[in-house]
Amino acid sequence: MASCSFEDVLAKAERDEAEKLKGITVSKELDLEFDPGNLLAFDKNRIDTREFKDCKREDFLRSLARDNTQLLVNEIWKLPTERVEEVLVAKLPDPTTLLPREKPAPKPKPPTKWEQFAKLKGIQKKKKTNLVWDEVHKEWRRRWGYKRAKDDTKEWLIEVPENADPSEHQFNKRNKAKKERVARNEYNRLKNIARAQKIKVPGMGLAPTPRQSKAELAQAVNVAKISTASVGKFQDNLPKEKTPKNTGKKRKFQPLIGDFSSEKQKQLDLLKVMDSKKPRLDVTKAVNKQMREEDMESRHKNKKDFGKKGRRGKMSGKGKAGGKGPKGKGRKPQMKQGKR
Amino acid sequence: RKQKAKTRRSKRFLQSREPKLTEGQKSSMIIRGGNSSETVSQALKDVYALKKPNAVLYKRKNMVRPFDDSTALEFFSKKSDCSLFLFGSHNKKRPNNLIFGRMFDFHVLDMFELGIERFVSLRDVKTDTCPEGTKPLLVFAGELFETDREHQRLRNLLTDFFCGPRVSAVRLAGLEHVLHFTALEGKIYMRSYKVLLKKSGCRTPRIQLQDMGPSFDFVMRRNHMASDDLYKTAHRQPRGVKPKKKKNISHDAFGTRLGRLHMQKQDLDKLQTRKMKGLRKRRGEQTAETAAAAAKAPRTDE
Repeated sequence: MASCSFEDVLAKAERDEAEKLKGITVSKELDLEFDPGNLLAFDKNRIDTREFKDCKREDFLRSLARDNTQLLVNEIWKLPTERVEEVLVAKLPDPTTLLPREKPAPKPKPPTKWEQFAKLKGIQKKKKTNLVWDEVHKEWRRRWGYKRAKDDTKEWLIEVPENADPSEHQFNKRNKAKKERVARNEYNRLKNIARAQKIKVPGMGLAPTPRQSKAELAQAVNVAKISTASVGKFQDNLPKEKTPKNTGKKRKFQPLIGDFSSEKQKQLDLLKVMDSKKPRLDVTKAVNKQMREEDMESRHKNKKDFGKKGRRGKMSGKGKAGGKGPKGKGRKPQMKQGKR
Repeated sequence: RKQKAKTRRSKRFLQSREPKLTEGQKSSMIIRGGNSSETVSQALKDVYALKKPNAVLYKRKNMVRPFDDSTALEFFSKKSDCSLFLFGSHNKKRPNNLIFGRMFDFHVLDMFELGIERFVSLRDVKTDTCPEGTKPLLVFAGELFETDREHQRLRNLLTDFFCGPRVSAVRLAGLEHVLHFTALEGKIYMRSYKVLLKKSGCRTPRIQLQDMGPSFDFVMRRNHMASDDLYKTAHRQPRGVKPKKKKNISHDAFGTRLGRLHMQKQDLDKLQTRKMKGLRKRRGEQTAETAAAAAKAPRTDE
């Protein structure tokens, strides 16, 4: 008797459980593949094309989506949860779908000279505090940089040490030493970078020049041409090469003692100009020149930015016309790359 | 030519664009092609709304043909640092065309051309949408996604496009958006629903879906899949990313975590055991001690 009721109780409990889970169970032929890390579910089951065509499409798709989403949500609810700031949060595992990277993996940088030495000796990095107490100013100041705690350079009194030359400038000595330290640090930093990128650094063999522009190359050719014993007089031109005509003296000065009469005339003319009431400056000419310059500037700016932005900018093609408007130079303030 | 940074701000900007060990979310650029219809323009705007913070929309016409010449796309991607793209165009031969694609190292990896047969925009469906930037639930249905190679690659691309940022934990009440893709007879139906969590008998809620957002009926047109070795190179992970395997820790079939300890050889004679104070030898009390020891022996045996 007791065993019967025991089985009955068990069966009833099972039925209750089934009732409870009825709302969320979905029966499918094949189980779905889940990737909770990406909140992804993949249903491999065959879709009944007849049902798709018979019923209204949207309803069929919606019920299919509902079933699949229910299964995915069931899977997500099985994950461990925790309370973060009164909100229930499920911890997601790592995603299983392999997605390609955006850019190739970065190459590890070779260690610097100091890093190699530290590894060799077993020196660990010590974590330092951000601020240091400065006794002189009685406040917390940063360890290095602007307004630092113990600033050597800001001392107003330096005692001359006993064994030093009394006429030596101690402040200058300190400044010079600091400059040397800075220069040495910079040089070592560049050497580290050069070693990492395997580029030659000047001092250890000449640095190769980067890609040169047309003008630079032409200049290099010209300099090489006149670097002969006879200053390029017997160097032939290449078939289509033109000799540059602007070599030689760029300014001509009159000799100190030359033609007295012409010199006298020049001085008198100068005095006459200074005496005359009429201004030397032709206002109309000057104004025209200024206006032309402004036009060229604004046109070049417009063209440059138009070409840069390509077809992506939001300004219309007729933006140039707006440039000559009342605002004048300050037309597009955001384009000016001035001092920030 | 490498760009040199002249200020600290520009240096930070250039560093943010360098390749990293673990990558963040991919940005996407949505480009309008030479000629595009109302459908295509609206479709591009809707996808832009879905992918809002990490997407750029180029609304002006770009005379680009991705399948012939992808250099313009690669240039755009390099300038805006986006690795996913969606190109929409319309012409008589290929009406309402959308090209989904992704880049690796600013070169085109995969491109899939899908034609829009039917499109319902966000504007036409008058329900409230979920907030911007919610990570959507993605569901793919249809055995074509498993059997056909092109569909498999398309599934990977669509996951990449719509998956959103990689998160370690998700708010259970915040699972609001679901994108459902069905592959049937060479056509792909994309639907987007709002998820309503209803009470059910137990802890897991019952799902009800509400129509929301753009819905597309796509038809597969051309595609350009990456070669196998390029695909494999794109998946190569750097050495720092894999979690380090801890030695001497194993998991057995029941899920318990077992560890191994390695000890030196121990001299069992000199082993430190519990001190029995009564057993300590005392001077001058030999007989009492032996009697006590004899009395203690049967007790300790118990």
